[in-house]
Amino acid sequence: MTTPDNGFPARRRLILKGAGTVALAGLGIVSFSRANAVAAANDRYPEDAFRQKDEKEAIKLLYGRTAEPSDKVKLDAPEIAENGAVVPISVSTTLTEVTSIAFVVPENPNVLAAYYRIPPGTMPNVANRLKMAKTTNVTVIVEAAGKLYSATKEVKVTVGGCGG
Amino acid sequence: MASSIRVRAIAGGETTEVQTLIQHPMDSGFVKDAKGEFIPAHFIQELSFEYDGRKVFVADWGTAVSKDPYVKFSFKGGNKGDDLKVSWIDNKGGTDTATVKIQ
Repeated sequence: MTTPDNGFPARRRLILKGAGTVALAGLGIVSFSRANAVAAANDRYPEDAFRQKDEKEAIKLLYGRTAEPSDKVKLDAPEIAENGAVVPISVSTTLTEVTSIAFVVPENPNVLAAYYRIPPGTMPNVANRLKMAKTTNVTVIVEAAGKLYSATKEVKVTVGGCGG
Repeated sequence: MASSIRVRAIAGGETTEVQTLIQHPMDSGFVKDAKGEFIPAHFIQELSFEYDGRKVFVADWGTAVSKDPYVKFSFKGGNKGDDLKVSWIDNKGGTDTATVKIQ
């Protein structure tokens, strides 16, 4: 079986494997590695989070904690997407002090689709277009005042966006 | 060479709305070509917007962002005629920058 070239340097994979081992090692060490991941995510490309295959792991790497569903987060996505290669998704929220917004597509090979850094003075509304491999939930995570809020919606995909 | 970046930034009241369309293949690395071989991943990783010397929006993207990506956001401030700088870098080190006037 051929492995797809994801374009990430091999060194990153090693670091990732290392991070996984550390996560298993114990609670104290876990919180240490999470703190590093969170600090990193704030000012540079969160490469490790983008490589994750599991929704929870991606969110943990990105934020170091879990999100709670909130009706203050409004996720706008089509119920049926005829073309999974281009699915318009947007989010808006009435939450204040928003610092980031992340889009997660759990059925995709890499679950984290996009992560937006929202500096003070920028509105917590984002619209973009994502690929979806098949029918899937889409989760948006809004980081506001240091807490995580989420909204989820299912998108039925008629033709997948991964080709092949 | 024509710019890969198309931006429309419109000041209205207290905020400026920015719509951006970029020409980029956004290859995920999971798609095979006609010969059955994987097309290597080639995607924009970071897209940033600068206004008045500070970043007003930064998009970190993975492979699930659609080909020729589109993104829309708004920020407080911004006047007609002001500059907005847009730049991106992809996973192969490719990059492009454009400066547009807010309308």
